[in-house]
Amino acid sequence: MTTDINLSKTGRNSLVLLRILIGWHFLYEGVLKLYNPAWTSKAYLSSAELLTPLFQWLSGDGMIHLVDNLNIFSLMVVGLSLLLGYFERVGSVFGIFLLLMYYLAHPALPGASQAGTEGSYWIINKNLIEAAALFVLYQMPTGTYFGLQSLKKNLLNPQTK
Amino acid sequence: MSEDKKSNWSRRDLLKGIAGVPIVGSVWWAGASKGVNNTQARDSILKTLNINASPPPPSGPMAGDPIRIGIIGFGIRGPQLCRALGFGQKSWLASMAEAAKKNPKDTRLSSFLEQEHLNVHITAVCDLFDVRAQDAIDSFSTDEVKVQRFRTHQELVESNVVDAVVIATPDHWHAPIAIAALEAGKHVYVEKPMTHNIKETYALKEAVEASNVVFQVGHQHRQTQSFLTAQDVVKKNILGHVSLIQANTNRNDDNGAWQYPIHEKANPNTVDWKQFIGNAPMVPFNAEHFFRWRKWWAYGSGLSGDLMSHDYDRVNCILKMGIPNSVVASGGIYTHKDGRNVPDVMQVNMEFPDFSTGSSQAAGKEKGMTLVYSATLGNQYGRTTAFMGHDATMEVGNSLTIYADGNSTKFKEKLTSEEMDPNVPIYQYDPASGSVDGVTSATAKYFADKGLLWTYRDGKRVDSTHLHVREWLSCIRNGGTPSCNIKEGFEEAMTSHMGGLSYKLGRRIDWDQAKQEIVPVKGYDLDEALLKDKEKIA
Repeated sequence: MTTDINLSKTGRNSLVLLRILIGWHFLYEGVLKLYNPAWTSKAYLSSAELLTPLFQWLSGDGMIHLVDNLNIFSLMVVGLSLLLGYFERVGSVFGIFLLLMYYLAHPALPGASQAGTEGSYWIINKNLIEAAALFVLYQMPTGTYFGLQSLKKNLLNPQTK
Repeated sequence: MSEDKKSNWSRRDLLKGIAGVPIVGSVWWAGASKGVNNTQARDSILKTLNINASPPPPSGPMAGDPIRIGIIGFGIRGPQLCRALGFGQKSWLASMAEAAKKNPKDTRLSSFLEQEHLNVHITAVCDLFDVRAQDAIDSFSTDEVKVQRFRTHQELVESNVVDAVVIATPDHWHAPIAIAALEAGKHVYVEKPMTHNIKETYALKEAVEASNVVFQVGHQHRQTQSFLTAQDVVKKNILGHVSLIQANTNRNDDNGAWQYPIHEKANPNTVDWKQFIGNAPMVPFNAEHFFRWRKWWAYGSGLSGDLMSHDYDRVNCILKMGIPNSVVASGGIYTHKDGRNVPDVMQVNMEFPDFSTGSSQAAGKEKGMTLVYSATLGNQYGRTTAFMGHDATMEVGNSLTIYADGNSTKFKEKLTSEEMDPNVPIYQYDPASGSVDGVTSATAKYFADKGLLWTYRDGKRVDSTHLHVREWLSCIRNGGTPSCNIKEGFEEAMTSHMGGLSYKLGRRIDWDQAKQEIVPVKGYDLDEALLKDKEKIA
């Protein structure tokens, strides 16, 4: 896997930095929840502003345990893939999906309540920006330059370097 | 590529390949230790507090023959009590179906339909307005059971078609009807306040004590899970010495100010006006008096009897502190100058100098408490009910939250170690955190926040009034004493009357614990003063 666009070294390093920061954020969120059994996304989902029936169903007694576990697992998988630079494009897609779900449950739309947010947003909020950043990482993966992907590539094909 | 070059490249590449691993390790460590610490702190606090909700009032099976119930008063509260019994008016069912269609979060209809079947029949109704009586007959009559209308409560309680009565009339009729029903051997569920004056409070107490039927006063919050939890909090002395309790009413809409709609078909031919007046001073037919009776002392009990009675009993069911030694009240009619003579702003200070909730301090600091009830019908800012103790403050409504006090003796160690933070709740019970409840009016929200509309049993939302009437029916069927029996009703009624009297006479009203009576005030007939306009009291 290589970057399609010709980038300067600084550009490439900037992408790596972005990848590590987002990976850091996802992994920390996942691990914190993993070690805090009292955590649940029930209140966040059940108070959803958009697609209410879907989120109400997800937050129902029959589903919430599975949803919480899947959320924790996905957060950690995204974090690991980005930090380690391994299957980062798959990780980016998973991350975008999660962030869009968070956004859809509580979109920063005019009129929708913004409870629990620390800033001021109009349509665009941090979830959407992070999803867009992941889309950039999906387009321009850097694992072959910095990450386990590069190790794998070089171990398998040392002569290509 | 030379050997040298290849070796340099491999080392650098190896580092670039595995550089993420130590970051993963660090982030994992940070997240895990924070998560574990949070969990340990939480577990440690919960272990220290050891709060377990008291069991709900016992309520047994609903088996056996159906209990035949007569509804006396079918205005606003009457139909609500019928729904608690499992009977929805046709018009209500239609409007709820419409509301649920418009808003999927509105669960009022589905909650009603899922309610447990209580095995009762509504067999009789007595309402003084023809339209309402007919509504009950049309809504609740079935092929097997026809609802029979009685023109007077006396005829209804003496009939052989009812075993029990639900009384939801204006306040001035509560005691006379309840006493008549008890004397006729019928079980009684009566709305709050239990009585309208002092004399009839004693009379009703004697009638209940002389009877062998089941008597319940309509303070349904006694079924609410947060109040059951609060009972355990106090029992375990988590709050320390509670010196002050604040309870409030804030409402700012027509419904909240008792400006109910006046039915266009109400006139002297459709309303039995003479019977409505009862023991109140006779005035010509007045539709506003009939539908908005809460605005006049002659029929209602003002903020002290109508709404403070709720707040007083909310506290009394947790603390069981009984009637205050003294009461001082003030207030006035400041917003709704519409001819009413009950105040729309009222503050009532109730003193309990000898009462103790326990203590963590040296002897001598454990006694004495004031309950402050503060009300306005001109603002709806949501003030909480707070029990303020030396060690912690407990906010109780439909949810319950406890904050450690920064200067607590009991929690000093945990506060010093920063395991507890006075700004972060040390305990929270919030039944609605996982669900969204459909509340459609400001007054409904006011009642819901106070734990007066619904509660949760086994994770399911239940109408607290349904549980309260169920408890009453269970005692009828299986024996036992309801949670809001005559002792609790007597305390609620006397305290409400003390509040009303203090407001009217502009002076402190004392309670004589030994004589079990309000200390007479020279120059006044207290019962007469209770029913009169403040301005007309000599």
